[in-house]
Amino acid sequence: MRLLKLIPDNTNIGFVRLRKWAFGLTALLTIAAAVLVGVRGLNFGVDFKGGVMIEAHFQTPPGENTLRSDIDRLHVGEASLSTFGNANTYSIRLPLPAATDEGATNRLVKSVQGALAAKYPGVIFNRAETVSGKVSDELIRNGLLAVFLAVTGIAVFSWIRYEWQFGVSTFVAIVHDVLVTLGFFALFRFDFDLNIVAAVLTVIGYSINDKIVIDDRIRENMRKYRQMDMRALIDLSVNETLPRTVMTSLTILIALTSLLIFGGPVLRGFTAAMMLGVVVGTYSSIYVSSSLLISLGLAPKLTEQKGKGGPSSRAERVG
Amino acid sequence: MLDFPRWKVIWIWLVLLSGVALAIPSLMPESTANRLHLGGVSRINLGLDLSGGSHLLLEADTADLAKNNLQKMEDTIRTEMRRGDTKINIGDISTTNGSLSFFVRDVSQLDAAVERARAQTTAAGYTGQRDWNVAVVDSTRIVMTPTQAGTAASIDNAMKTATEVVRKRIDALGTKEPTIVREGATRILVEVPGFQDPAGLKALIGKTAKLEFKMVDMGADPTQVSAGHAPAGDEAVPMVKEPGEAANAPTRYIAVNRRAILSGDDLINAELSKDENGQPAVSLKFNASGGKKFARATQENTGKQFAMILDNQVLSAPRIDEPILGGNANIHGSFTTDSANQLAIALRSGKLPVALKFIEERTVGPQLGAASIHAGVIASVIASVAVIVFMLVTYGRFGVYANLAVVLNIFVILAVMAILNATLTLPGIAGFVLTIGTAVDANVLINERIREERRRGRGIVQSVELGYKEASRTIFEANTVHAISGLIMLVLGSGPVKGFAVVLLIGICTSVFTAVTFTRMLTAGWIKRNRPTEIHI
Repeated sequence: MRLLKLIPDNTNIGFVRLRKWAFGLTALLTIAAAVLVGVRGLNFGVDFKGGVMIEAHFQTPPGENTLRSDIDRLHVGEASLSTFGNANTYSIRLPLPAATDEGATNRLVKSVQGALAAKYPGVIFNRAETVSGKVSDELIRNGLLAVFLAVTGIAVFSWIRYEWQFGVSTFVAIVHDVLVTLGFFALFRFDFDLNIVAAVLTVIGYSINDKIVIDDRIRENMRKYRQMDMRALIDLSVNETLPRTVMTSLTILIALTSLLIFGGPVLRGFTAAMMLGVVVGTYSSIYVSSSLLISLGLAPKLTEQKGKGGPSSRAERVG
Repeated sequence: MLDFPRWKVIWIWLVLLSGVALAIPSLMPESTANRLHLGGVSRINLGLDLSGGSHLLLEADTADLAKNNLQKMEDTIRTEMRRGDTKINIGDISTTNGSLSFFVRDVSQLDAAVERARAQTTAAGYTGQRDWNVAVVDSTRIVMTPTQAGTAASIDNAMKTATEVVRKRIDALGTKEPTIVREGATRILVEVPGFQDPAGLKALIGKTAKLEFKMVDMGADPTQVSAGHAPAGDEAVPMVKEPGEAANAPTRYIAVNRRAILSGDDLINAELSKDENGQPAVSLKFNASGGKKFARATQENTGKQFAMILDNQVLSAPRIDEPILGGNANIHGSFTTDSANQLAIALRSGKLPVALKFIEERTVGPQLGAASIHAGVIASVIASVAVIVFMLVTYGRFGVYANLAVVLNIFVILAVMAILNATLTLPGIAGFVLTIGTAVDANVLINERIREERRRGRGIVQSVELGYKEASRTIFEANTVHAISGLIMLVLGSGPVKGFAVVLLIGICTSVFTAVTFTRMLTAGWIKRNRPTEIHI
């Protein structure tokens, strides 16, 4: 049986040579993403903005304008509507009611649901959520803190385990991944909720996984070929791990595609973020973090000194 | 590396097979599991997004609690200073800025007053700090301020009771497996699967139970009473079931006067204590007017029983041994520490010890949950099949081993989740699909390494050996960083993020076992048996 080989043996692509171009592209993407997030903003769901969300599934598509005027008539504040998965399902977001007694939000939900049920027979209310401003502020804070801790925690890990250059290059690459993913959400105005935070954290985890594999190989080759020029060595390492990089990215993309198509509307934003993250993460592993190591002046000597006492001395005996 | 002792092989298979066995109950519908008498076997819980239901987050109003505590202390001080042989005359009692302050009219009694006030404070926290700070200002005025430890302890106590009260009220709904847990210092999370009426739930949580103290009619005919009939002017009230009592045991009734001697509003506190013999007891503390009413009732009815009735159920009917004049009563008898504590909680549960605000509520309809499970399962199956085919055409025999590992890994993750009673949410299903993708990464790393070593001209055994050794190090490092982000999600995340992190973390741990140890055993076994001269990888 002939087995599938995605990358031919002894592939040697000069990644390092392209690094100036790659840095330019990366900087451009990152700045564009940051500007998008800053100017256009993220389309926060009730998790992060506070308010009331009702998800309604209609028998026939109601049309956004009709639905909007139906809700405006109830005088419950400005509604923000978006379809959810298909034209029959809408998520209706409303500000918190002015009254603050315990039953106020339930009355609001009931009045909207009652009005819609009267006009559109057979409507099913899938979800109703109320999040107070206090909780949404906390969720934002915890979400940001989680992303921040994940990025720095992982960078510190690579710094302790390897050299500081690895820590810095990983950090830069991950910040790039996170910003580009956020920029994507700002560009398409997808709902940004708690699920997306989970997706961003997973992208971080995945992307770092990719970088560790390449970094690990770079270190291994640094021990093996002590005289080799750093550029050639990084090119060799990236090329050696390329079959694995491509193979793994493809498998995960296959799994995610299945989730995107069949996983239902609730997970769609999550999956889209993940898929984008996998592509961006793979790009940044090859072009950003590895190539950056050269600009940061990584040299074989450093490894030897640290290798004697540190935890990586264990690795030297292997093989 | 080819050397896998028999005991190790047996052990690995045993772990995997028990994983499959433990995962199976969670995969079948609950009715089937019950029919097979697997009811006691732990299963994976479905999160609200999959089962449908209501989710409420409640937060205690701590300002309100502090105000109540001041009010209670004021009542206590008023009673205490009047007690005993020498009455201490106080005046100008006020509660401002979170402190209680009062004026002692006779300066010579100041020290005695401070002593009596101090006697009302208790130790709080671990540092031996008191819960109130008692200070003298301007040599005539006593100021009592709650200490930080005291405030924390009072919030903690109130939250414990509040959680119990909420649990009792939700339990009364009779729905399946509601979750009522305390979150952080001042919050309670309530999740009721299959219940779609948040307004009804809120009303239920917020309602006030009715606690009353009534005199028992000792003259009523016992046979009439046990049938639930009471003489004129009385009512027959059922006794609450004892914890050990069978659910279908006949209800016992007690005849009590219709008129209450005290209401729950008169009771300030009820807590577990010890009597003079060191036996568990329940001590009651009444406010000033309650103390007076109780004193009168006990003076007139010494030797008789009174009943403590919560929502028309008699909790306990102790006998009055002697008049209780001081506003503090001790109920003792055949209590265990548990039963005394339960009675104290039940007496306190009349009203919530602190006002609760609803700060988050989510309702998921049953259709959406069912549709999500359906979609999630289909997506997982298709993802698995696609990955399996892809691995097979890429790595041949080694791909089959990796695929076996992936399938077993799914079962083992389910088994671990079932053992931990973990909750599967929709993002958790996404975590599953992702784990399928990342678990094969370990095998991709190993197999690519073997290919590489073969290309370098190494022998089969050596290539396989090196492939596993070199890749294992990378896999370990990659999993460590992956676990870092998973742990952060678990600690900081809420709701969906947490559900995702649980699956991710379990998957990281189990995949090392299935993707590395298990496939290595399969590969070693094959090489040992067949001594291949060439491998297709």
